[in-house]
Amino acid sequence: MNMRVINFIKRAAAVLLFAPALAIGAGATLHLDKAPVSTEPAALQHGAKLFVNYCLNCHGASYVRYNQLEKIGLSEQMIRDNLLFTGDKVGDLMKISMTRDDGKTWFGAPPPDLSVIARARASGDGSGADWLYTYLRQFYRDPARPTGWNNVIFENVGMPHALWELQGEQVATVTENADGSKHFELALAKPGKLSVEEYDKSIADLVSFLVWMGEPVAEKRKSIGTFVLIFLAGFFVLAYALKKNYWKDIH
Amino acid sequence: MTTKSQAVLNWIDERFPLTSSIKGHLTEYYAPKNFNFWYFFGSLALLALVIQILTGIFLVMHYKPDASLNAAGVPVAFASVEYIMREVPGGWLIRYLHSTGASAFFIVVYLHMFRGLLYGSYRKPRELIWIFGTLIFLALMAEAFMGYLLPWGQMSFWGAQVIVNLFSAIPLIGPDLSLIIRGDFVVSDATLNRFFSFHVIAVPLVLIGLVAAHIIALHEVGSNNPDGVEIKKKKDANGIPLDGIPFHPYYTVKDIVGVVVFLFFFSAVVFFAPEGGGYFLEYNNFIPADPLKTPPHIAPVWYFTPFYSILRAVTYPLFGLDAKFWGVVAMGASVVIIAFLPWLDRSPVKSMRYKGPIFKFAVFVFVICFFVLGYLGVLPVSPGRTLVSQICSVLYFAFFLLMPWYSKIDKCKAEPERVNFK
Repeated sequence: MNMRVINFIKRAAAVLLFAPALAIGAGATLHLDKAPVSTEPAALQHGAKLFVNYCLNCHGASYVRYNQLEKIGLSEQMIRDNLLFTGDKVGDLMKISMTRDDGKTWFGAPPPDLSVIARARASGDGSGADWLYTYLRQFYRDPARPTGWNNVIFENVGMPHALWELQGEQVATVTENADGSKHFELALAKPGKLSVEEYDKSIADLVSFLVWMGEPVAEKRKSIGTFVLIFLAGFFVLAYALKKNYWKDIH
Repeated sequence: MTTKSQAVLNWIDERFPLTSSIKGHLTEYYAPKNFNFWYFFGSLALLALVIQILTGIFLVMHYKPDASLNAAGVPVAFASVEYIMREVPGGWLIRYLHSTGASAFFIVVYLHMFRGLLYGSYRKPRELIWIFGTLIFLALMAEAFMGYLLPWGQMSFWGAQVIVNLFSAIPLIGPDLSLIIRGDFVVSDATLNRFFSFHVIAVPLVLIGLVAAHIIALHEVGSNNPDGVEIKKKKDANGIPLDGIPFHPYYTVKDIVGVVVFLFFFSAVVFFAPEGGGYFLEYNNFIPADPLKTPPHIAPVWYFTPFYSILRAVTYPLFGLDAKFWGVVAMGASVVIIAFLPWLDRSPVKSMRYKGPIFKFAVFVFVICFFVLGYLGVLPVSPGRTLVSQICSVLYFAFFLLMPWYSKIDKCKAEPERVNFK
């Protein structure tokens, strides 16, 4: 056999052997912090309040009705008193008055609807909650950007830091890693209304709310699922006994 | 039976073959008694089809195939899926059953096909059953592909864009063909509407027809079994196969056990992990379709990835035609070649139990290649991965094309006279 063919076979064999290793180093480009997601009503309610106050001006949640928030323990009156600002009715969808065209002109891209953002942002790097938790805590001042803000995990993002008055202003020291990727060191230059711990807790609550809003039925789904699996396990015993009984005279 | 109900039955039987059909297909259809684990997947595939049809009927009541933007700037089709998830009572369950059902259908069908491969179920006299089966698989791929466009998310849109563009690589007719498929110059509302029509009417009709043909052909010649011997060769005085047992009640009660186990795993996904780790419902598909924003990485749903890998593995132009065209040819051939198995396998025995080491090794390599191709199909390309997928593609085709040779020279064991049972 000629040497080229032999070399090709050797190379091919080596590649096949190490095929699984090819996957490593493929995705995993973002370092995300683990989001402490909660399903506690208090956390979700706090998150809902932050969402309505800070997000719902530019971002809609157009698949969600205000009265859906009764599922996280708010009464209709509480929703009316605390979360409805614009003359919306309690049965209305959480829409915004800003048009897509305006959004595009002002921010470069229309701000996305946030109803299912926690599901859409999941990736090989982490859950959607992890992404949001990291993203909302890693805005920094960048005079080169039109909004004055930039983000570590979403470079040149169109969104300004909507929560800056809570977090304060971070500045970034950017260094280059050996592999050419950037390394960010964030420091709080100007403190906000909240301490770092308080801010992280608030973002955790906000993210928990976004996760809840992504699939309000999730908790119910799991509890129904438990019953379904128990039922099927019981049914299996009967089905198996029936089969055994029928088949006992087959030899 | 009382005389009255007997009279009713007689009345029907004189006009419709009710009793004889029940006998022919159930109570006096004799199946080999030695079916093992692998034989559950036929009835489970039928169950998956029923789940898809029933849940589909209810989804169509609320889903809207409309790509225009609603007042909030979201495509109506995408919003209608979220409407089903949030506001239709039980809608979330119906939708998850349907989305998980699609993946479950493919898992079950792949295992069903592998069973055929293991025990030579495609061999004479079951060639037509196998061909109908391959056609079912093709129809199922078309059904899944078109259904995937309907939620109108980013992956729906861009996946359809990539696959429909493949047709444009065909010489002469390609560009017009892809235009006809899309109904527009880009994937658009016209595409969504025709895919909806195909997904809910045309392809399901074809599928049901093919499934009926598959089962009628099976009941005509009788089932194969793990030993690959014909039970009809040894019959008792009444003409009943010695190793056969009536399908009903024996296999109906056995298949109920299979159904319960299947439903257990199926429900575990539906209720606890409906996204299937991003494989059953891709994360990107929670973003509404945006024709102006191409996602950085477009991957087909997992059940297409082995064939998609074969498509991408072809990187050389040939005879003045694009590599893309040959990729499409290779992908098409990789599915169609399955239909030729009955004539490629020249082994004197049917079942893997009695086949020789060469055949066993070939199947082993084939399965590994299939998994590696499937795995690479979800990843972006790199030179190393392309080389691996090229090697696996060659081995995939070699498994089929060299079979007439290696199945003949293999050292097989002698088949038993009767089936083995316990």
